[in-house]
Amino acid sequence: MTAQAEASTTIVARRTPWWRKALRSWQLYVLLTPAVAYVLVFKYWPMFGAQIAFRDYNPVDGFTGSPWVGLEHFTRFVESFQFERLMVNTLTVNALGLLVAFPVPIVLALMVNQLAGDRFKKFTQTVLYALSFISVVVVVGMIFLLFSPRSGIVNNAITAFGGDPVFFMGSPEWFRPLYIGSDIWQNAGFSMIVYLAALTAIDPALHEAARVDGANKWQRMWHIDIPGILPVITILFILAIGNLFNLGFEKVLLMQTDLNLPTSEVIQTYVYKTGLQGAQFSYSAAIGLFNSLINLALLLTFNWVARRANKTSLW
Amino acid sequence: MTTTRPAVETTAPTPEPQALRRHPRQRESGADRAFTVAVTVTLLSAILVILYPLYFVVVASVSEPSAILNGDVWLWPSGFTLEGYARILSDPGILRGFANSVLYTVAGTAVSVATILCGAYALSRRDLFGRTFLMLLFVITMFIDGGLIARYLVVQELGILDTMWAVVLPGAVGVWNLIIARTFFESNVPDELRDAAQLDGANDFRFFWRIVLPLSKPLIALMVMIHLVANWNAFFDALIFLDDENKYPLQLVLRNILIQSEVTAAGGAGAVDSYAAAQRLGELMKYGMIVVSTIPLLVALPFMQKHFTKGALLGAVKS
Repeated sequence: MTAQAEASTTIVARRTPWWRKALRSWQLYVLLTPAVAYVLVFKYWPMFGAQIAFRDYNPVDGFTGSPWVGLEHFTRFVESFQFERLMVNTLTVNALGLLVAFPVPIVLALMVNQLAGDRFKKFTQTVLYALSFISVVVVVGMIFLLFSPRSGIVNNAITAFGGDPVFFMGSPEWFRPLYIGSDIWQNAGFSMIVYLAALTAIDPALHEAARVDGANKWQRMWHIDIPGILPVITILFILAIGNLFNLGFEKVLLMQTDLNLPTSEVIQTYVYKTGLQGAQFSYSAAIGLFNSLINLALLLTFNWVARRANKTSLW
Repeated sequence: MTTTRPAVETTAPTPEPQALRRHPRQRESGADRAFTVAVTVTLLSAILVILYPLYFVVVASVSEPSAILNGDVWLWPSGFTLEGYARILSDPGILRGFANSVLYTVAGTAVSVATILCGAYALSRRDLFGRTFLMLLFVITMFIDGGLIARYLVVQELGILDTMWAVVLPGAVGVWNLIIARTFFESNVPDELRDAAQLDGANDFRFFWRIVLPLSKPLIALMVMIHLVANWNAFFDALIFLDDENKYPLQLVLRNILIQSEVTAAGGAGAVDSYAAAQRLGELMKYGMIVVSTIPLLVALPFMQKHFTKGALLGAVKS
């Protein structure tokens, strides 16, 4: 508590011209101290430490003392034989995932919204998003079990219909469908909630008026519901784009096997392996930074585009 | 559906308003009925497809492994056995993982919720000097990130590598949750209330503790839920920050068994006679472990549901 109080007085002290004002709410600064301490230590310190991407990091000299090497690690990465494969894999799995998975919760929400019976509606809703509480480890574990070549139920079904068993987790071409499919299976229901909330916010008078004019359900959905939730769709889409190079890296890592690496190795799993398992701290930090820059650029670009296009944006 | 649409105009040209209001469903035209049926059927089949894998896992966890291997298990267990569960519940590694997970989840949730509530309340106060700057300090971290390696090195520098704190602290405060909480305080704690409390001599601490928190029960419930689920399911920080297997949380133990397939004759005393038997048990245990690790969350779900719906709304309203 004394440390917190000290920290808050330093904040206060820096703003001497208005110190009276600040001092009056010193208790608020005390309340804020743990959160600020958290971002400083676990967010800003790593940001500061990201400069090792331009240095040859060694533990003795630390973040600021290690020799400066400029863009060496970046050039090494861009020129490495891994570069193209990593870029293609990262972009494909995420862009494909976005294109295929993004519309699903919207369609689900529109459909659930159509249901008349409240009990059935609630049941559907619960079931659809119960799955998002299951951990990634368990979901990937289930994929391994159900798609196992020896005992998995999927291969049992395939052989029952006279086909040959497929070694799903060992085939590069099955990685993306399984990744995206399981993602939809698990998360579509939860993403649906926001759209459902937006749908209930639509003025019922619009529907009433359209009904009087003889519009059927399909027409009302198409001309009232969808335009009504378009701003929400836009915002969530921009956010999804901003995460294009970021999505579900933990799950990718879990789904990797030695055999599906040709499609499943993405930038972040590569950073994890070279950095933490291979101890090439600076090189992998450079790759990670490269990845974050792409993300930020995508987010800013699409936010700008969206603002131009329909006046909806994040800020 | 489009083919039946012409029928709409012919069958319902002059609707009677009073009748409509009383029996909205009777008024449904042919196209509307077809549409409703199509939607219901689609959703029902979606639910079946979604639920079947889960159902199968439960059924398989009590079936004879050889029957699963032969593809005899579809809708009900064949050769009922609880051996898998017996092994799971007597496996020291799994039990330790379970205990560790409980500890990390409780500690992590306590730290996160306390930090977020205090911080968000301060940020919600319009009279907080430097509010915009402080808010920016948090929001920036949503868009810029130091990266995995730097984060690892910082944790190493702090000297908490391979301790419980490495699992609990680095992900403690999500800025998005902080914003949700701040928005809640802004719209649910009226300024007049604070003025009144101030007149009565209550300072900020006292007001926060005695008035704001009791007013914010739905928010607190939501925050506790979010963090319980997130902490229970987390595995990555444990993977990179923990070395000692005795400190592994359940999810990491699960990963090693389900995915890395380290099914060495688990469970000390009753050694398994042969490799084949170990294999057989291993398969059975995998299904059982999925059930055991998921049940705590699914049991809590009906209780959590309304809070999560509210939370999604809170986040959607303003950011």
